[in-house]
Amino acid sequence: MKIARKIILRFPKGTVEKPVVCRWVKDFDLEFNILKAAVTPNEEGLMHLEIKGEKDKYNKGLEYLTSEGVKVQQISQEIKRDEARCTHCGICVSVCPTPSLAIDKKTREVIFDSKHCVACEMCVRVCPVKAMEIKF
Amino acid sequence: MSKTYAEINEKIKKGQAVIVTAEEIIDIVEEKGLRKAAQEVDVVTTGTFGPMCSSGAFLNFGHSSPRIKIGGGHAFLNNVPAYAGLAAVDVYIGATAISDEDPRNMVYPGEFNYGGGHVIEELVAGRDVQLEVSAYGTDCYPRKKLKTLVNIKDINEAVLFSPRNAYQNYNCAVNLSERIIYTYMGVLQPHMGNATFCSAAQLSPLLNDPLYKTIGIGTKIFLGGGVGFVAWHGTQHNPGVKRKENEVPQAGAGTLAVIGDLKQMKAEWLRGSSFLGYGSTLTVGIGIPIPILNEDVCRHTAVRNRDIWTQVVDYGKNYPNNVAGSIGEVNYEQLFSGEIVMQDKKIPAAPLSSYAKAREIANTLKTWIKKGDFLLTEPVQNLPGPEAGIAFKGLRERPGK
Repeated sequence: MKIARKIILRFPKGTVEKPVVCRWVKDFDLEFNILKAAVTPNEEGLMHLEIKGEKDKYNKGLEYLTSEGVKVQQISQEIKRDEARCTHCGICVSVCPTPSLAIDKKTREVIFDSKHCVACEMCVRVCPVKAMEIKF
Repeated sequence: MSKTYAEINEKIKKGQAVIVTAEEIIDIVEEKGLRKAAQEVDVVTTGTFGPMCSSGAFLNFGHSSPRIKIGGGHAFLNNVPAYAGLAAVDVYIGATAISDEDPRNMVYPGEFNYGGGHVIEELVAGRDVQLEVSAYGTDCYPRKKLKTLVNIKDINEAVLFSPRNAYQNYNCAVNLSERIIYTYMGVLQPHMGNATFCSAAQLSPLLNDPLYKTIGIGTKIFLGGGVGFVAWHGTQHNPGVKRKENEVPQAGAGTLAVIGDLKQMKAEWLRGSSFLGYGSTLTVGIGIPIPILNEDVCRHTAVRNRDIWTQVVDYGKNYPNNVAGSIGEVNYEQLFSGEIVMQDKKIPAAPLSSYAKAREIANTLKTWIKKGDFLLTEPVQNLPGPEAGIAFKGLRERPGK
């Protein structure tokens, strides 16, 4: 069975130079889409990705990462909208990298379809009335 | 064929007036023709709901015992500075004011989570707000410090008085520079990665009365969920911009100064807002009824998104450097479609002003008038039109001493 998950990987200092991710996706036959990647000033790495693959391979892959010292965080967080606060202005639509936020051509209201959401949080940052929230 | 304000108000009082929104009039004119539409329809209601930075409120708190003279001192509402250069207990809280402790753009782009607009929203919502004052003390106003909670229902006056609202048309913003920018027009991606715009277009008050034939000083309006009035033309009122054949300006033109009792407004229609990397502001709901006095007025209210054009402006280099010039012209039908084409490039376009809420305002105003609660007012003076010869001035800097 194939599964898709969003995860955050944290690479402690020293692991950043190793081709861990390359081996991980190759050996365990995973498809990945990097949503965010950064190396902090103290040389720790952070990678936010969407990962797809066979369930058992996916799980074994995570074991491999852990054995290499990579900290794996499953993203249980998701973006929620406070319906009472949303004014349907549309500013979130201008920054959303996925089809999750769109304007209904008829009602002119902003539709939020969380199934495409990659939790990049751009909408949370730009929403002028703080209607978009991160829920853990 | 023409009607007077008095005749229309008579019909409203009798419950016989025909009131439609600025969207509905489009189809009516299309189906029945201009002449018949102008005869049958009495009032067209408009609406807009967008961020309007030149907004604010005068507050009079009443006198404390012993007395304190806020005038010439410093006043803060929930830590946000209010203007204190007035008499003893009057202040003005402006939408963009922010606390001295706000990090601003020190951590770029700043979040501007709480400002004057948020204070206004909280006041209107009936929440207690902390007033903190420091004053210099006089014989008749001896007190120097004051820290107290205040509530809109207890203070003498709370008057929303905004020097510039309801812009007649506005720029469409893009970014031609190499880096992402955070502006009052939202987050703009480099190399024209996106476009933003901010108008209710065919529903917007002044775009339905492009020559200010009915909207003038004294016009009664929907303001922040309550009743307000047009007080004056707004600051930067610039009626002389280029217009299309339908007389609709092709760029930001007229503006309105508006006033109303904050105590009867609703927080739903006055929303404290934060623009990433830019600042805090107030999103304001305004709706204006247009009396269908004659065919000309009617024709103007039937304007459609495709007939309203605006300029595409580069906020990467041109706007910040105050370099005039447009990189193209688009209409609101194109903008609302979600994509425009500029220099052979398809650019996603998104609004900053809520068309859904603008529609709700136009419908609310329609209901108020239908119920007979809200009569129309004839302006005591018209706003300056294109013939007034107003020139929009930049600031000419001169060396001081």
